[in-house]
Amino acid sequence: MPKLDPKKIKKLFPIFSKKENKNLVYLDNASTTQRPKVVIDAIKDFYETYNANIHRGIYDLSEKATKMYENTRKHTAKFINAKSSEEIIFTKNTTESINLLAYTLSEKILKKGDKIIVTSLEHHANFVPWQTMASKKGFTLLVVPVTDDYTLDMKEFEKLIKEPNVKLVCISAMSNVTGTIPDLKKIIKRAHEVGALVMVDGAQSIAHEHTDVQRMNPDFFVFSSHKMFGPFGVGVLYGKKELLDALPPFLYGGDMIKSVKETCTLFSDTPWKFEAGTPSVADVVAFDKAMTFIEKLGIESIKKYEMSLAKKAVEMLKKHKQVKIIKPKNLKESGPVISFVIEEIHPHDIAEVFSKEGVAIRAGHHCNQPLMSRLGIPATARISFSIYNTEDDIKRTDIALKKLFKIFQK
Amino acid sequence: MSDIYSEIILDHYKHPHNRGHIKHDTHKAEEDNPLCGDNIKIYIKVSDKKIIEDISFEGEGCAISQASASMLTEFLKGKPVAQAKKITPEQIYNLLKIEISPARSKCALLALKTIKAALS
Repeated sequence: MPKLDPKKIKKLFPIFSKKENKNLVYLDNASTTQRPKVVIDAIKDFYETYNANIHRGIYDLSEKATKMYENTRKHTAKFINAKSSEEIIFTKNTTESINLLAYTLSEKILKKGDKIIVTSLEHHANFVPWQTMASKKGFTLLVVPVTDDYTLDMKEFEKLIKEPNVKLVCISAMSNVTGTIPDLKKIIKRAHEVGALVMVDGAQSIAHEHTDVQRMNPDFFVFSSHKMFGPFGVGVLYGKKELLDALPPFLYGGDMIKSVKETCTLFSDTPWKFEAGTPSVADVVAFDKAMTFIEKLGIESIKKYEMSLAKKAVEMLKKHKQVKIIKPKNLKESGPVISFVIEEIHPHDIAEVFSKEGVAIRAGHHCNQPLMSRLGIPATARISFSIYNTEDDIKRTDIALKKLFKIFQK
Repeated sequence: MSDIYSEIILDHYKHPHNRGHIKHDTHKAEEDNPLCGDNIKIYIKVSDKKIIEDISFEGEGCAISQASASMLTEFLKGKPVAQAKKITPEQIYNLLKIEISPARSKCALLALKTIKAALS
């Protein structure tokens, strides 16, 4: 496993060398990562050299653009070890991938009275679509709670999975609030034993954990390019081919059809039947470079480095007695995301003071209000690491914390 | 020194005025700031002459939202209802005497929103 040199890596990201960002400590990577020059250049290069619409033109330029787009699909399949590139659908983000599933599964596979299991760890993106469909179509939503250690309550999961008519389990591979990594192997195995499908939200795990969908064996796996150094506007939905074949299209229009008559339309095959209209081609093409970027560094090296930072950050936070860390005690059960609260100082005030110190963190409910209410807090402050973060960033966070206490303890 | 955390703001945050639930309130309302979880409840006692005789607040949230509630309730005590209804965001910023970034304007204006809801 090659050792990463964070200072060298940081230089690959132009944003950090801009004079406006001279003092920037970027610790909001769970929200979106920064982009390396190779990805930014790929967007420019596409528009300057290959720009044409795809799947249409007979001319050379369009064929090249189509090839680049479809090659990215192949690369994505390889990146998550899907059986075939036909199992990869491009969407605009994780949220759209989940909505695609929520609508099409509700139309074809789920029936009134069926139960859907979600968890307290879910981002609103993996909660609201299911809750909405449940109320529209008469499904029941069951929510697996978290333990006092912010891990998933597996006893409760076991109770819920035994209920009759559980047809779908929707679960995050890593919490965006606590970093919690649920025992997916066990959950997927149990779900399949009772005949339920499993959708895994990999938005948070994709840049930090090795993903092998054949080994993990979910029926669907979703993630976004922008949380893994790729452009905004590209999401991925992986699904097992036979399931995708059985589902109806989500959006209707151009580029998803075989033939259209005045009386009826014959839709394309999987995956193209799910990609209506012109996609964000340049962004998909540049996403290819983001995956290559990760592969070159090695996901295991990335994980090792980020978790070493997370460990040091937890140690730093623990030195401040006022800080309560919202994260599983065993770091191995979570990713490089650390939430914390401070008694009598609201997370927004923490983030505001940090911002003045050049430290960008997230404060709020992180699109997970059900978890916040379960924890009995309105919001948290959150630090999340990526490969360009350094130990110096932790020192700067420590300084910002000291400043915060100075201001609020006057 | 962070300008936004002036001594006045921090003083009102730590030692809020008019905090609690007044007796005999005639008007009340509750509002949330869904983005950050700030919450304000406002209780107002309006006299026959449409004067705010007493006003108080409860709630939780950031320093800006809570200090704003403390300062605004202090300002409105004894003032006509008609005046309270006409208060603008600019007046709140002037009252707080700090620079409010767009991201924090919802925090600063939550108390005003709640008071207007109570009086409507």
